[in-house]
Amino acid sequence: MFNALYLELFVVLLGVLMLLAESFIGRHTNRVYIALGGAVGLLVVLFLTSVSGVPPEAASWPAWNFYSPDPQAKIFKQIALAITILVLLMASDFIPVLTKFLPAEHPNAGIGEFFALPVFICAGLMWMASAVHFLMIFVAIELVTITFYILVAYQRRNLLSLEAGVKYLILGALSTGILVYGITWIYGVTGSFHLETIALRLPDVAEGDGKALLFGFGLVLIGILFKVGAAPFHIWIPDVYQGAAAPVTALLSVGSKAAGVIVLLRVLECGFASPMLRAELATALQWFAALTLLVGNLAALPQSNAKRLLAYSSIAHAGFVLMAVASVFGSELTGPAIAFYLGAYLLMTALAFHVLTLVTASTGSDEISAFNGLSSRSPFLAFAMTVALLSLAGVPLTVGFFGKLLVFIPAIQAGMLPLVIIGALGVAAGLYYYLKILRAMFWLLPEEGSHIKIGKVSIAVLSVLATLILGLGVLPLPLMGLVGYY
Amino acid sequence: MSQSTLPILIFILPLAGTLMIALGLAPRFVAILTTGLMAFCSVALWIAYTLTPGGFQFVFTIPVVSKLDISFKTGVDGLGVLMLFLTSIVSVAAMAIRPGVETRPRLYYICLLLISAGAAGAFSSLDLFFFYSFHELALIPTFLLIGIWGHGNRTTAAWRATIYLGVGSFVLLIGLIAMIFSLSPEARTFDITELLKTKATASLPPETQSWIFLLLLLGFGSLVSLVPFHSWAPHAYASAPAPAAMLHAGVLKKFGLLGLIRVAQPLLPAGAETWLHPLLVLLCLNVVFIGLATVSQRKLDLMLGYSSVMHMGYLFLGIAAWGAGVLGPVGTATLILAHGLSVALLFGLAGEIRSKVGTLEFSETGGLATKLPLLAFFFSLAAFASIGLPGFANFPGELMVFAAGFKAAAGGSDGVAPFHIAVGVALLGVLISAIYMLRAFGSLFLGKPHIRLAPDVRDTCLGNRLVFSLLTIALLLFGFAPGLVTALVAPSIEAIGSFAGTP
Repeated sequence: MFNALYLELFVVLLGVLMLLAESFIGRHTNRVYIALGGAVGLLVVLFLTSVSGVPPEAASWPAWNFYSPDPQAKIFKQIALAITILVLLMASDFIPVLTKFLPAEHPNAGIGEFFALPVFICAGLMWMASAVHFLMIFVAIELVTITFYILVAYQRRNLLSLEAGVKYLILGALSTGILVYGITWIYGVTGSFHLETIALRLPDVAEGDGKALLFGFGLVLIGILFKVGAAPFHIWIPDVYQGAAAPVTALLSVGSKAAGVIVLLRVLECGFASPMLRAELATALQWFAALTLLVGNLAALPQSNAKRLLAYSSIAHAGFVLMAVASVFGSELTGPAIAFYLGAYLLMTALAFHVLTLVTASTGSDEISAFNGLSSRSPFLAFAMTVALLSLAGVPLTVGFFGKLLVFIPAIQAGMLPLVIIGALGVAAGLYYYLKILRAMFWLLPEEGSHIKIGKVSIAVLSVLATLILGLGVLPLPLMGLVGYY
Repeated sequence: MSQSTLPILIFILPLAGTLMIALGLAPRFVAILTTGLMAFCSVALWIAYTLTPGGFQFVFTIPVVSKLDISFKTGVDGLGVLMLFLTSIVSVAAMAIRPGVETRPRLYYICLLLISAGAAGAFSSLDLFFFYSFHELALIPTFLLIGIWGHGNRTTAAWRATIYLGVGSFVLLIGLIAMIFSLSPEARTFDITELLKTKATASLPPETQSWIFLLLLLGFGSLVSLVPFHSWAPHAYASAPAPAAMLHAGVLKKFGLLGLIRVAQPLLPAGAETWLHPLLVLLCLNVVFIGLATVSQRKLDLMLGYSSVMHMGYLFLGIAAWGAGVLGPVGTATLILAHGLSVALLFGLAGEIRSKVGTLEFSETGGLATKLPLLAFFFSLAAFASIGLPGFANFPGELMVFAAGFKAAAGGSDGVAPFHIAVGVALLGVLISAIYMLRAFGSLFLGKPHIRLAPDVRDTCLGNRLVFSLLTIALLLFGFAPGLVTALVAPSIEAIGSFAGTP
């Protein structure tokens, strides 16, 4: 058995190797190989993850107090690894746009780093998935967030990108502050950072300390919801998503969200040890879920920029996940249902952003109008995007529909009728804004008739993703088995 | 190949067709070929189906998600055979009819084939998950067909129809989930036959049944354009290219009725009872309110759109009268077939008139019969069928529905039962349809010509003559021999009813 603790170390090492490769290879060597190498390395780690665990000789290590190698962590690590691999492949298609916005000492300057940074983020996401100690949670989140600060602002000559970076930095720092402040309150009441210990001590907390505890958990909840992108802590999302490079946005919207969700689940599981907290937090979550669904779906309606639209849609998807979270532990299948949803979300978001990347690289625009007439400029891309959009909209026979089904079931079972109705309205709105892109692709005529060229690797990636989305939409068992929904 | 794959074959064929077109084969040829094979298979299915004892036959199962008890289960009962027959006949007609399109024929025929596959898939699925999913397959193609090749105010029509249908089916989905997950864990299944057999849903508390039935009624109802959820339909049908309107109004829309007959009504008897009277009110509105709206239309395509909404009232009436025996739903089944064929014929004719004359405004046309006698002939037959004159399949259907309504009224204890009123109102509808249909025929084909046709306009071409004849002959066949349909569906509807304990 492979020691689970080494997984993240491998990933960090891989990132360092990629940085070294960037500094030692010649100026004119194609940087795509760094990305491909990184993807292959992560693929190896993805395999190792599935065989990882606690080897007997390491069972007494104190590190397990911080780090849990449980199956749930494994799933979320696999999600993090998969999206990073896809983002690396996506990023290699993004080079033409990137070189335009980088100060060019030579044409390949700064591209290797752009490939290496997501790998460090991946390590952070994986640590988040395993973190069962507030210190660990904090450090892992910071690794992710700080690296994202760099990546978001990476296109130094693009004003939007710089603006996005500054906004993300300020709001991100603020949310981290809130998170830490909440942690200190919890520590103040319970005397521990360790989630399990806190859960054990919660029932014995004195009556008078209840308010303090609620305050602490409330702040932590806000800090995490910021990362997940739930309303009303979503203000940063549209601008940051729009400003960042498309592959970075994909990583942000899948990786950051998924890791945030598992931290949320762990903290809630701990907080629910106290019945008082359970009642209060569950109510709060229902409100947040409702608000997130409304804001995400309604604000997406008028968008004319594809990236901004996908940003709001990512808020909406956070809402659907929160809807299941709000019914937390009503059934033992809620956790796997959420993981399934995120797995499906990963596939369809990666596909949508990859097509967006290719379209942006070819037209230089990420407005919805850039998709006009895509069905005649590149039928293959139009088909791939259609699959992604239908899945995002939750049309049956795609994996996205199964995701929706699985998160609506616990909500309906828990009898949260208002929330279910809001969710249904959200699905209706989603149909409209996703079809807007579909309409542009099939219905409107292209502004410029140029044919879009796609590389072989991209064709392979897009085909695999589209096949997975459709295949798992009919036979979802493999993914269900992976997330433990059985 | 085992026989039980016959229903699967019927919906695999159009799917294979889309693939062949995507790979580059001649689109029109592939579309006609695959739907022609479909029609052949569905006739074979009808012949191979054992009429007595009826029930579900050709059942084929593959488990998909055992945790949720979702399985890919296909099979047909008499009703299913009928629906598949209707689907494939109308599909052939829709693919073969001219004028096709000049622009982007590939996408066009792929969209049409997807609608046809979605309908056929839904009608042969015996698992609620796939029953629902296949129907949704048609959602996006409809959007594209109206949007790209539509007429008039196509953008609004496309959006409205898509959002309405999307929301309607999502409400339906929530209702289905609520129904299944209100059951005890061991009784939970998506399998329709299993649900009918165990009768587990019938023993849910009446309040639960009532609100779930409401969701199902709203969901299925908006797909069938039950007032007040009908406003998507007339404009969508008016704007859609003729084959899309034929497939949608003729076939796909009947999904909701099948759902009511096979799922909502038998599985939730107490819920159906609660909502019986509101349903009667709504269906009366369908007949009279929409009927009057139809009379006031000044354009053929919109008039046909409204008329197809109006006729749904009769079909709902048949289902509502189930309490008085199977006559009502059998009448509805007959009408499903009859209405499907006649509305497809009408939309097909309207499409051809539009392409020949360039307008469908009543005030701008007239006297077309001199120039286009064959079109006038077919149109008159279709209009007679739609009014419900004897000799066409619509007549026995409407007769059965009204008879069932009177029977249900006689069963009531009060002096004037709600059914009396409903049947009385619905009978008015026959008069209303006679008014608008005959007026439409008159202003299109008779009187003084208001429009000068281009000199090269010829009467309908041979291909279209065949298509129209096919539909007309089918209408006449089932009009003269309605026993074919009743013998097919009555035992199955009886079985569905007795499974779930409805009288």
